Amino acid sequence: MMPMTAIVALAVVTYGLRLTGPLLRGRVTVPAAAERLFADAATVLLIALAATSALTAGHGFAGWARPAGVLVAGVLAARRAPFPVVVLAAAGVTALFRLAGVS
Amino acid sequence: MRFVWRTASPALLRDVGLVCLADAIVAVSFGATCVGSGLAWWVPVALSVLVFAGGAQIAAVGVVLAGGSPVAAVLAGAVLNTRLLPYGFAVADVVGPVNPGATQVGAIATVRRWLARLLGTHVITDESVAFTLRQDSAERRRSAFWACGVALFVLWNVSVLLGVALGSAMRDTNAFGLDATFPAVMLALALPTLTSRPTRLAAGTGAVIAVALTPVLPAGLPLLAALGGLATRWGGWRGLLGRRSRPGPAGDGGAVTDTSEVPVGGGR
Repeated sequence: MMPMTAIVALAVVTYGLRLTGPLLRGRVTVPAAAERLFADAATVLLIALAATSALTAGHGFAGWARPAGVLVAGVLAARRAPFPVVVLAAAGVTALFRLAGVS
Repeated sequence: MRFVWRTASPALLRDVGLVCLADAIVAVSFGATCVGSGLAWWVPVALSVLVFAGGAQIAAVGVVLAGGSPVAAVLAGAVLNTRLLPYGFAVADVVGPVNPGATQVGAIATVRRWLARLLGTHVITDESVAFTLRQDSAERRRSAFWACGVALFVLWNVSVLLGVALGSAMRDTNAFGLDATFPAVMLALALPTLTSRPTRLAAGTGAVIAVALTPVLPAGLPLLAALGGLATRWGGWRGLLGRRSRPGPAGDGGAVTDTSEVPVGGGR
């Protein structure tokens, strides 16, 4: 379930984060240390989310097809393949595995 | 908007087009996966119009689809979007009216200026910031920001709608492997930011924590527990502060000085 209030809450927080810079322009700067902490927190979340959503479904293992697709996509991304290629490869490899009977 | 098309170079418009194409694929997949997983059609649509930050949208829906609470979903999305704060400082000078040359006085002009600023604020994204920071003149910065921001907003939302329609028509979105596109997008967004050893260590630790806790904790919590991976950074913080602080001209986009850390081609 994703209620409208949750969507609006996320939208308000997001807009506030975007607006702070333009509003405070020239008066305040973000300390470099804080900026790096934000950046690292986002990276940690992205990687953790990639790992959990690739490997798990509910409280268990997601099966081999999905991690296989994500792995191929990850290798392509690391080799700086264009973004559309990365996304299509993830879906394509996973779909092929499932077509072959591996869930 | 005429100002934008007049000053934007063909090369810039081509690059913006390519990035839009990539994001459109992600958006179609996002819309299709959402409705394919049983969410109401307006959930991906409202998220795309109101939040307009792909990583956060996908993260929030990912938490909810894993059975997490809406609060956990909002938290995950909000943490991902903290990067928009330094972005806002970096592009503050171009977020204003499209054509600042025509400075007019009076109440209507002031309202217009503020409307432009508030609209521009909404289209601050990984992509529009990356394109803006690459330009060398103030005029080019402005047109790059607006060209990328507006094009992306329109295409992203149209593509999500298309995905919703496709997802409703498909019997089983998993057969097409669409469930693999979410983690793939996250990975592709995060890989370019894994530049330093402390960051890699923190991210690796966080991923292990999250996966290990998934079988035992309620959904959503393992992801927030992953932030514990940041604790590995404590030792390196002082050295980081000393060595990494780069002098940047105040008020001149000094907040984000390293454009290579802005991922292009995803993140809507």
